[in-house]
Amino acid sequence: MSRSLKKGPFIDFKLEKRVLEMSDGKKKAAIKTWSRRSMISPDFVGNTFAVHNGNKFIPVYVTENMVGHKLGEFAPTRTFRGHSGSKDKGSK
Amino acid sequence: MARIAGIDLPKNKRGEIGLTYIYGIGRATAQKILTDAGIGFDKKVHEWNDDELNKIRNIINEAVKVEGALRSENQLNIKRLMDIGCYRGIRHRLGLPVRGQRTKNNCRTRKGKRKTVANKKKATK
Repeated sequence: MSRSLKKGPFIDFKLEKRVLEMSDGKKKAAIKTWSRRSMISPDFVGNTFAVHNGNKFIPVYVTENMVGHKLGEFAPTRTFRGHSGSKDKGSK
Repeated sequence: MARIAGIDLPKNKRGEIGLTYIYGIGRATAQKILTDAGIGFDKKVHEWNDDELNKIRNIINEAVKVEGALRSENQLNIKRLMDIGCYRGIRHRLGLPVRGQRTKNNCRTRKGKRKTVANKKKATK
Protein backbone atom coordinates (compact mmCIF):
# COMPACT_ATOMS: atom_id res chain seq x y z
CA MET A 1 0.00 0.00 0.00
CA SER A 2 1.37 3.37 -0.89
CA ARG A 3 1.83 6.23 1.51
CA SER A 4 -0.99 8.69 2.05
CA LEU A 5 -0.62 11.77 -0.13
CA LYS A 6 -1.82 13.90 2.73
CA LYS A 7 1.44 13.33 4.57
CA GLY A 8 3.67 14.18 1.65
CA PRO A 9 6.90 12.37 0.84
CA PHE A 10 9.10 11.19 3.70
CA ILE A 11 12.62 12.56 3.73
CA ASP A 12 14.88 12.34 6.74
CA PHE A 13 15.14 15.84 8.12
CA LYS A 14 18.89 15.70 8.59
CA LEU A 15 19.47 14.40 5.10
CA GLU A 16 17.34 17.08 3.53
CA LYS A 17 19.32 19.73 5.42
CA ARG A 18 22.60 18.26 4.18
CA VAL A 19 21.38 18.26 0.60
CA LEU A 20 20.25 21.87 0.73
CA GLU A 21 23.59 22.89 2.25
CA MET A 22 25.38 21.06 -0.54
CA SER A 23 23.50 22.79 -3.31
CA ASP A 24 24.17 26.18 -1.68
CA GLY A 25 27.85 25.58 -1.12
CA LYS A 26 28.46 24.31 -4.67
CA LYS A 27 31.02 21.85 -3.39
CA LYS A 28 30.37 18.34 -4.50
CA ALA A 29 31.11 15.32 -2.43
CA ALA A 30 29.20 12.15 -1.77
CA ILE A 31 26.72 12.49 1.06
CA LYS A 32 27.11 9.54 3.36
CA THR A 33 23.76 8.35 4.60
CA TRP A 34 22.08 5.48 6.36
CA SER A 35 18.67 6.83 5.51
CA ARG A 36 17.62 4.31 2.89
CA ARG A 37 14.00 5.11 3.64
CA SER A 38 14.17 8.67 2.36
CA MET A 39 12.34 9.51 -0.81
CA ILE A 40 14.43 11.11 -3.53
CA SER A 41 13.11 14.62 -4.02
CA PRO A 42 13.83 16.84 -7.03
CA ASP A 43 16.42 18.73 -4.94
CA PHE A 44 18.57 15.62 -4.83
CA VAL A 45 19.17 15.45 -8.59
CA GLY A 46 22.82 15.75 -9.55
CA ASN A 47 24.17 14.84 -6.13
CA THR A 48 25.99 11.66 -5.31
CA PHE A 49 24.92 9.74 -2.23
CA ALA A 50 26.80 7.04 -0.45
CA VAL A 51 23.94 4.84 0.64
CA HIS A 52 24.56 2.26 3.32
CA ASN A 53 23.59 -1.28 2.42
CA GLY A 54 24.23 -2.74 5.85
CA ASN A 55 27.86 -3.43 5.05
CA LYS A 56 29.35 -0.72 2.85
CA PHE A 57 28.33 2.57 1.32
CA ILE A 58 27.19 2.25 -2.26
CA PRO A 59 27.69 5.35 -4.41
CA VAL A 60 24.45 6.42 -6.07
CA TYR A 61 24.40 9.24 -8.57
CA VAL A 62 20.88 10.63 -8.63
CA THR A 63 19.32 11.41 -11.99
CA GLU A 64 15.98 12.90 -12.82
CA ASN A 65 14.40 9.51 -13.49
CA MET A 66 15.02 8.42 -9.91
CA VAL A 67 12.81 11.07 -8.32
CA GLY A 68 10.06 9.44 -6.32
CA HIS A 69 12.01 6.29 -5.53
CA LYS A 70 13.66 5.65 -2.20
CA LEU A 71 17.42 5.81 -1.74
CA GLY A 72 17.53 2.22 -0.52
CA GLU A 73 16.25 0.91 -3.83
CA PHE A 74 19.60 1.72 -5.39
CA ALA A 75 21.82 0.02 -2.84
CA PRO A 76 21.07 -3.72 -2.88
CA THR A 77 21.48 -5.44 0.47
CA ARG A 78 21.91 -8.98 -0.76
CA THR A 79 24.61 -10.60 -2.83
CA PHE A 80 23.73 -13.52 -5.04
CA ARG A 81 26.48 -14.89 -7.21
CA GLY A 82 24.58 -17.82 -8.68
CA HIS A 83 24.39 -21.43 -7.63
CA SER A 84 27.41 -23.66 -7.57
CA GLY A 85 26.24 -25.82 -10.45
CA SER A 86 25.42 -23.22 -13.07
CA LYS A 87 28.26 -21.92 -15.21
CA ASP A 88 26.92 -18.79 -16.88
CA LYS A 89 25.94 -17.05 -13.64
CA GLY A 90 29.35 -17.40 -12.06
CA SER A 91 30.99 -14.96 -14.46
CA LYS A 92 29.23 -11.99 -12.94
CA MET B 1 -16.66 -9.00 -39.39
CA ALA B 2 -15.99 -6.50 -36.65
CA ARG B 3 -12.42 -5.28 -36.68
CA ILE B 4 -11.35 -2.87 -33.97
CA ALA B 5 -7.82 -1.71 -33.21
CA GLY B 6 -6.36 -4.30 -35.57
CA ILE B 7 -8.11 -7.21 -33.87
CA ASP B 8 -10.89 -9.39 -35.23
CA LEU B 9 -13.56 -9.71 -32.60
CA PRO B 10 -15.33 -13.05 -32.14
CA LYS B 11 -18.72 -12.90 -33.84
CA ASN B 12 -20.89 -14.94 -31.57
CA LYS B 13 -20.00 -13.47 -28.22
CA ARG B 14 -21.82 -10.82 -26.26
CA GLY B 15 -20.42 -7.38 -26.93
CA GLU B 16 -19.22 -6.98 -23.37
CA ILE B 17 -17.10 -10.14 -23.69
CA GLY B 18 -16.10 -9.65 -27.32
CA LEU B 19 -14.41 -6.35 -26.60
CA THR B 20 -12.15 -7.98 -24.01
CA TYR B 21 -10.32 -9.75 -26.84
CA ILE B 22 -8.54 -6.45 -27.38
CA TYR B 23 -5.38 -6.06 -25.31
CA GLY B 24 -6.01 -3.35 -22.75
CA ILE B 25 -9.77 -3.83 -22.47
CA GLY B 26 -11.21 -5.91 -19.68
CA ARG B 27 -14.75 -6.35 -18.48
CA ALA B 28 -14.94 -3.00 -16.71
CA THR B 29 -13.57 -1.00 -19.63
CA ALA B 30 -15.76 -2.91 -22.09
CA GLN B 31 -18.86 -2.10 -20.07
CA LYS B 32 -17.88 1.53 -19.87
CA ILE B 33 -17.34 1.74 -23.63
CA LEU B 34 -20.68 0.12 -24.37
CA THR B 35 -22.50 2.37 -21.93
CA ASP B 36 -20.92 5.44 -23.51
CA ALA B 37 -21.91 4.19 -26.95
CA GLY B 38 -25.43 3.42 -25.77
CA ILE B 39 -25.31 -0.24 -26.74
CA GLY B 40 -26.64 -3.03 -24.57
CA PHE B 41 -24.10 -5.44 -23.04
CA ASP B 42 -26.06 -8.43 -24.31
CA LYS B 43 -25.98 -7.52 -27.97
CA LYS B 44 -23.77 -9.96 -29.86
CA VAL B 45 -20.80 -8.63 -31.78
CA HIS B 46 -22.24 -9.59 -35.19
CA GLU B 47 -25.46 -7.75 -34.37
CA TRP B 48 -23.71 -4.40 -34.20
CA ASN B 49 -24.43 -2.25 -37.24
CA ASP B 50 -21.85 0.02 -38.84
CA ASP B 51 -23.06 3.02 -36.89
CA GLU B 52 -22.54 1.32 -33.57
CA LEU B 53 -19.19 -0.06 -34.66
CA ASN B 54 -17.96 3.38 -35.56
CA LYS B 55 -19.16 4.75 -32.25
CA ILE B 56 -17.19 2.09 -30.41
CA ARG B 57 -14.13 2.72 -32.56
CA ASN B 58 -14.23 6.41 -31.85
CA ILE B 59 -14.51 5.92 -28.12
CA ILE B 60 -11.59 3.50 -28.11
CA ASN B 61 -9.50 5.84 -30.24
CA GLU B 62 -10.09 8.78 -27.94
CA ALA B 63 -10.30 7.43 -24.45
CA VAL B 64 -8.60 4.05 -24.22
CA LYS B 65 -4.99 3.03 -24.74
CA VAL B 66 -4.92 -0.38 -26.39
CA GLU B 67 -2.72 -2.91 -28.17
CA GLY B 68 0.61 -1.60 -29.49
CA ALA B 69 0.55 1.74 -27.73
CA LEU B 70 -0.20 0.11 -24.39
CA ARG B 71 2.40 -2.61 -24.87
CA SER B 72 5.11 -0.12 -25.72
CA GLU B 73 4.17 2.03 -22.76
CA ASN B 74 4.54 -0.96 -20.46
CA GLN B 75 7.87 -1.82 -22.03
CA LEU B 76 9.09 1.74 -21.53
CA ASN B 77 8.08 1.70 -17.88
CA ILE B 78 10.03 -1.50 -17.31
CA LYS B 79 12.99 -0.18 -19.28
CA ARG B 80 13.07 2.95 -17.12
CA LEU B 81 13.25 0.80 -13.99
CA MET B 82 16.09 -1.21 -15.49
CA ASP B 83 18.00 1.85 -16.61
CA ILE B 84 18.02 3.61 -13.26
CA GLY B 85 19.26 0.43 -11.62
CA CYS B 86 16.78 0.31 -8.78
CA TYR B 87 15.78 -2.87 -7.02
CA ARG B 88 12.72 -3.47 -9.17
CA GLY B 89 14.78 -2.95 -12.32
CA ILE B 90 17.36 -5.45 -11.18
CA ARG B 91 14.65 -8.03 -10.54
CA HIS B 92 13.29 -7.45 -14.03
CA ARG B 93 16.76 -7.97 -15.44
CA LEU B 94 17.23 -11.22 -13.59
CA GLY B 95 13.79 -12.47 -14.55
CA LEU B 96 12.74 -12.94 -10.95
CA PRO B 97 9.58 -11.77 -9.17
CA VAL B 98 9.59 -8.01 -8.62
CA ARG B 99 7.21 -7.52 -5.74
CA GLY B 100 8.88 -9.37 -2.92
CA GLN B 101 7.43 -12.84 -3.40
CA ARG B 102 9.38 -15.79 -2.10
CA THR B 103 11.72 -17.48 -4.52
CA LYS B 104 12.69 -20.55 -2.51
CA ASN B 105 10.07 -22.42 -4.48
CA ASN B 106 7.28 -21.58 -6.91
CA CYS B 107 7.39 -18.33 -8.94
CA ARG B 108 7.59 -20.48 -12.07
CA THR B 109 5.84 -17.81 -14.12
CA ARG B 110 8.87 -15.56 -13.84
CA LYS B 111 11.57 -18.19 -13.74
CA GLY B 112 10.22 -20.39 -16.53
CA LYS B 113 10.42 -24.15 -16.63
CA ARG B 114 12.24 -25.94 -13.86
CA LYS B 115 15.93 -26.47 -14.48
CA THR B 116 16.85 -29.65 -12.73
CA VAL B 117 20.28 -29.76 -11.16
CA ALA B 118 21.92 -33.17 -11.30
CA ASN B 119 23.07 -34.80 -8.04
CA LYS B 120 21.59 -32.08 -5.92
CA LYS B 121 20.42 -34.53 -3.22
CA LYS B 122 23.87 -35.97 -2.69
CA ALA B 123 25.45 -32.58 -2.20
CA THR B 124 23.20 -31.68 0.73
CA LYS B 125 24.08 -34.69 2.87
